[in-house]
Amino acid sequence: MRGSVERRQHRAGWAFVTPALVLIGVFFFVPVLAGLFLSFTDFDIYAIGRPETVRFVGLANYARALSNSLFWQALGNTLFFVLVGGPLSVVTSLVAALLVSSKLTRFQGLFRSIFFMPVVTTLVAVAIVWRYLYQPQYGLLNWLLGAVGIGPVDWLGDARWAMPAIILMTVWKNFGYNMLIFVAGLQSIPEELNEAAELDGAGGWARFVHVTLPSLGPTFLFVGVMTMLGNFQLFAEPYVMTQGGPLKATTTVVMLMYDEGFRWWRMGMGAAIAFVLFVIMLLGTMLQLRLQRERRT
Amino acid sequence: MRKALPSLLLHAVLALGALFTLAPLLWMVSASFMPGGEANTFPPRLLPSAPTLAHYVDLFTRLDLGRQFLNSTLVAVASTLISLIVNSMAGYAFAKLRFRGRERVFAVLLAALVIPGQVGMLPLFLLLKGMGLVNTYVGVIVPFMAGVFGIFMIRQYALSIPDDLLDAARVDGAGEFRIFWTIVLPVIRPILVTLAVFVFLSAWNDFMWPLIVLSDEAKYTLPVALASLSGEHVQDTELMMAGSVLTVLPVVVLFIALQRAYIRGVMMGSVKG
Repeated sequence: MRGSVERRQHRAGWAFVTPALVLIGVFFFVPVLAGLFLSFTDFDIYAIGRPETVRFVGLANYARALSNSLFWQALGNTLFFVLVGGPLSVVTSLVAALLVSSKLTRFQGLFRSIFFMPVVTTLVAVAIVWRYLYQPQYGLLNWLLGAVGIGPVDWLGDARWAMPAIILMTVWKNFGYNMLIFVAGLQSIPEELNEAAELDGAGGWARFVHVTLPSLGPTFLFVGVMTMLGNFQLFAEPYVMTQGGPLKATTTVVMLMYDEGFRWWRMGMGAAIAFVLFVIMLLGTMLQLRLQRERRT
Repeated sequence: MRKALPSLLLHAVLALGALFTLAPLLWMVSASFMPGGEANTFPPRLLPSAPTLAHYVDLFTRLDLGRQFLNSTLVAVASTLISLIVNSMAGYAFAKLRFRGRERVFAVLLAALVIPGQVGMLPLFLLLKGMGLVNTYVGVIVPFMAGVFGIFMIRQYALSIPDDLLDAARVDGAGEFRIFWTIVLPVIRPILVTLAVFVFLSAWNDFMWPLIVLSDEAKYTLPVALASLSGEHVQDTELMMAGSVLTVLPVVVLFIALQRAYIRGVMMGSVKG
């Protein structure tokens, strides 16, 4: 009797997970493995019609990618976006979370919803909006800066300013997401901790440094890793706002992969670039986990 | 009394932050009602001199964007419905049904979260090409039909279903599928709403995958259509703003209507860290 109940649940369990496993397996795990295989071949536009012409080329795609100066430039641009845009976004989120969840703040829910609003908007649409805000002659941003005496900046047309402009736009778009996660983290700090510190005579800043920040450790790790992984995949913003220019200053690794794979149909090369990015992302994640562990000990 | 000044300062900073956050969206709406050319003047106009619906009319007549609006709706609704069924069944099973290999399979799925979607994109395209699904709606929704994050979300919620409730139904002779349909689904309704909003928004807003899969303009989703229009109509600021409003409005309305459910999902995401 007992055995048959167990068998029934076993069968039902597998029946329930099978649709999801098949879909994820066929449309995610198989392509990922196939991508690794593809990266060792010379699969190109001719191979799409005649797959039998594909040849195994070993690490040639990786070698070609790593000796291509455009790859290094795209990697540099992407790293700049990750290392400057990421921390800027996290700090903005933390400040917003502290302001929104202060005990003095009224209409907390309203402010939270407003700050979160850009997160749900369609990236392509708001990227187009920002392209006009950045317009050097008529754009709202230069007009505001002009009012405080800062000369016109050719935001998206100047190779020095294009990536910072994209960073500013993505901080605006995304800070609300991490803000919510910080709000959740702040709520989970026991009230007694703050009260005890206050009794010991700790001021607002001291409490922030010695109570709030250490308690947010796990939240920082989560936010840091997720933001980094997302930022490494930068694609639509430069695609819509700058097409990777000017002077390739906003070309990212994923854009390069897209161009190689879907524009020039050099799919072996595109797959190799995707895997290089994947390995860099894994290393970045491991580094953050390690730093967090060291800080704790 | 002592707290009046800090409180005033705090609210001033918050209000300024809110203004900066909303400004791009408000300008987008305002510019979409401006007569042609008015958004390209100096100093910039904040409000239209004579509000006009001409650009919205243009969108639906000359540019025929109504078709892409329907495409986006179809893709987002279909993704949402399929993912609700597939993910809720799997999430419930991982939480409540005892079957051999459960923990190991779930661990493999979670590990997949670190693999970025781009890694499999090229082979996925070739696979869909082989299946004849390139340039079809089915091809667009393939990545949304089942998701590890969705399964995880449902599982966390379903863990709180009392086993007694399920066992009582089993004693009464109910089959597992019947239990799922009549007992489990009503209980996990709140998290189903959360998942629905998540999937709808990501399917509606997605750009890179539909850009890759769709080649036929009549099948474009709104973001892809908008990106391609913004190249041709770069001078028509007001028209592009109307197109942006059309694209953003549905998701903003959905968020405002269901923000509780959505925010719960964001907060749950952080628990797994």
